[in-house]
Amino acid sequence: MRVELVKRPQRSALFSALSPFIAFALTMAAGAILFLLLGINPISAFYTYFISPISEVWQLHELTIKAAPLILIAVGLAVCYRANIWNIGAEGQLIMGAIVGSAIPVMFPAFESPIVLPLCLLLGMLGGAAYAAIPAVLKARFNTNEILTSLMLVYVAQLFLDWMVRGPWRDPQGHGFPQTVMFNDSATLPALFPVAGRANWGFVFALVAALAVWILMTRLLRGFEVRVLGSSPRAGRFAGFNFNRMVFFTFMLSGALAGLAGISEVTGAINQLQPTISPGYGFTAIIVAFLGRLNPLGIVAAGLVLALTYLGGEAAQTALGISDKVARVFQGMLLFFVLGCDTLIHYRIRFVGLGAKARGESEAVPAAKLEEVH
Amino acid sequence: MKKLLIALMTTVAGLSMAATAQAQEKLKACWVYVGPIGDFGYSYQHDQGRLDVEKAFGDKVETAYLENVAEGPDAERAFERLARENCKIIFGTSFGFMDPMVKVAKRFPDVKFEHATGYKTADNLAVYNARFYEGRYVMGQIAAKMSKKGLAGYIVSFPIPEVVMGINSFMLGAQSINPDFKLKIVWVNSWFDPGKEADAAKALFDQGADIITQHTDSTAPLQVAEERGLLGFGQSSDMIKFAPKAQLTSNTDDWGPYYVERVQAVLDGTWKTGNVWLGIKDGAVVLSPYTNMPDDVKKMAEETEAKIAGGWNPFTGPVDKQDGTPWLKDGEVADDETLLGMNFYVKGIDDKLPQ
Repeated sequence: MRVELVKRPQRSALFSALSPFIAFALTMAAGAILFLLLGINPISAFYTYFISPISEVWQLHELTIKAAPLILIAVGLAVCYRANIWNIGAEGQLIMGAIVGSAIPVMFPAFESPIVLPLCLLLGMLGGAAYAAIPAVLKARFNTNEILTSLMLVYVAQLFLDWMVRGPWRDPQGHGFPQTVMFNDSATLPALFPVAGRANWGFVFALVAALAVWILMTRLLRGFEVRVLGSSPRAGRFAGFNFNRMVFFTFMLSGALAGLAGISEVTGAINQLQPTISPGYGFTAIIVAFLGRLNPLGIVAAGLVLALTYLGGEAAQTALGISDKVARVFQGMLLFFVLGCDTLIHYRIRFVGLGAKARGESEAVPAAKLEEVH
Repeated sequence: MKKLLIALMTTVAGLSMAATAQAQEKLKACWVYVGPIGDFGYSYQHDQGRLDVEKAFGDKVETAYLENVAEGPDAERAFERLARENCKIIFGTSFGFMDPMVKVAKRFPDVKFEHATGYKTADNLAVYNARFYEGRYVMGQIAAKMSKKGLAGYIVSFPIPEVVMGINSFMLGAQSINPDFKLKIVWVNSWFDPGKEADAAKALFDQGADIITQHTDSTAPLQVAEERGLLGFGQSSDMIKFAPKAQLTSNTDDWGPYYVERVQAVLDGTWKTGNVWLGIKDGAVVLSPYTNMPDDVKKMAEETEAKIAGGWNPFTGPVDKQDGTPWLKDGEVADDETLLGMNFYVKGIDDKLPQ
C-alpha cells in the first residue's frame, strides 16, 4: 500500500483559519504524552514552555532579540519564495553582511562618530545583497540551480569569516584567540529600553521590514510582478515582466535583509566578530517563512512563536531538568504539526492499494503534484 | 495578651529564622555547557564534576545546567537566565562564553561566575583551566614507543593556543623517545562532529599513521582505530568502553575537586576571584589506566607522569621553533603567559599552522 497526497480542488476557508489551532492542540496532546513518559507533569511543562518566557520583562526582551533576525530574514525569503526563486543561502548572506558591516569598527577601532553605526548597517546590507547577487548572476546568466549555489555559498561565507577572525582581523591583544577587537560605543546598536533589558533596535528593523514588504507585495506593481512570475512564469512573460530582473531583485532584497540581520546581531548583541555569529538563523528563517505562510505579517507572528519555543526550551531545561534534546523534540513536534496541518488544507491523503488498476496514472500524478508544491 | 504577643513574636521570629536558614542551606550552583552532556567527552566530564558537587553537598546545594549552548548571543541569555533564576555561582565551560560572561557578571555583582579556559577576570568572575598539555606529553612518549612506523595522526579542532600547545607537547614527548618521529595533522574546525572526526581518522590511517590522537570531543576517531585494529588515545573522558583494544590511555579532565572547592567557598563566604591552571599534580588532569601496551612502556609512562606531578614542565629547553629559530635555551622553562598565547609549532612538525 502506498500513501499519496492529492491536491484538493478547493481549500476550505474554515480549516485554513482553524489549522494553527488544530496544530497547537495536537502538539499539546503529543507533548503531554512525551512529558508523561518522562515523569513530568504536562501542565507545568506547558507553563514553563509557553507562559514563563513571556511572564517576565527581561524574557520579553530576549524574545525580541531571538525573533528579530528570524523575522528580518524570513520576510526577505518570503518574497523570493513567492517568486518561485529558492534562496537557501540566507545564512551565508547574513555572515557576509556581518563581515562587510564590521569593516569600519574593526579596521578603525578608534573612529567614533554618530555616522559610524548607520554606515555599518548600510555596509551590512550591501554586503548581504552583493553576496546574494552571486547565485542571482549564475541563475540569470547560466540557469544554474540557485538552491545548490546559494546553499554552497553558505559554507564559503562561514569559512571566510573563520579565516578573517583567525587571520587578518584577529585582535592583536586577544592572546591569539580567534576574535576581532570589541566594537566601540559608536558602532553599537543601542538598546531600546536599557534599564529593562537587552532588546535592541534590531526588532524595530524587523517590524519595519515586515511592514514594508507587506506593502510591496499587496500594494505595489513590483509585488504583483513577483506573484505573477511566481505562479505562472509564462503569463508573466506575456505581461512583459522580465524573469531575470526578478531573480536579481528578489535575491538582492533578501540578501540585504539577511545582511541587516547579521550586522544588527553583531553590533547589537555580540559587539565583535567571532568564528560563529549565528546559530543557524538563516536556515531557521526558512521554517519561519513557511510557518508565516509567506505573508510578512504572518512571519512576524511565526518568528515570535519560534523564538518562544527556544526560550521555553531553555526554561524547561533549568526548571524541569529535562535535556536539551527533549526541548528540541518538542519544538520539532510543534513545527511538524503546524506544517502538516497546513499541507492537509491543500492536499488530502489517498491510500493506494498495490493492485490498483490505474497504476500508471497514480504514479505520474504525484510527480506532477510535487512540482506544484514547489 | 502580652504573653500571647510574645509567643506570637517568637513564633514569627523562629519561622523567619528557619526560612533564612533554609534559604542559606540551599545554594544553587549552575553550569552552562557548550556541547551535549552525552558527548562522552568534554561536556560530559564537566557534568561529572557537577554530579560530584551534588554528591559532596547533598541537601545543601542544588544544581542546574544548560547544555548545547551556542557561543554568541545565545550564551549571554543562558547566563542571564541562570543569574535571574537565583544561581549563586555559575560555571561557564567554553572559551567562547568569555565576553557574554563578562557582560552578565557586570550586571549581577552578587553572583559568582567561573569561566573555564578564558583570560578575563573581574571581582565576581574567576577563570580556571587545566594543563591538558601535561598529559599529552606522556601520550607523545607512548606513541613514539608504540608506533611501528614512527608516524602518528592528530585530529584537531581550532588553531587556538590551547590546541597548539597540546600538539607541541605531544610532539616533544614523542621526540624525546624518537627524534625522527612524524606527525600528520588534520583540522576539522569543530569541537564535536563525530562524522568529520571519523573521516579524519580514516584519512590519517590511510596515509600511513598507525596511532591517532585528537583534540576533539567525540569517541568516533577511537572507534575507527578499534575497527582497523590500530591504536589511539582517548580525550577528556575515559573512552575505553568504546575502544577496549585500541585505547592506550585517555587524557581525562577531572573538574570535580575544583567545583567542590569553589562551591564550598561560596557557602563559607570566602569565595574570591582568581586565575588557576590546574595540572596532573592537582588531580585535574588524569591519565586513565594504561592499557594495550607492554609493561616497559607502561612503566615509562608512569615515571613521566610522576615527574610532571613533581613539578617538571614538558616545555623545558632546549626547544627550537618550527623554522629552526631557538625558543627555549637548555634548561629554560616556558612561562605560562607564553604558553597561553602559543601560536607557533615546535621543530619537526610538518604542518602549516592556520593563521
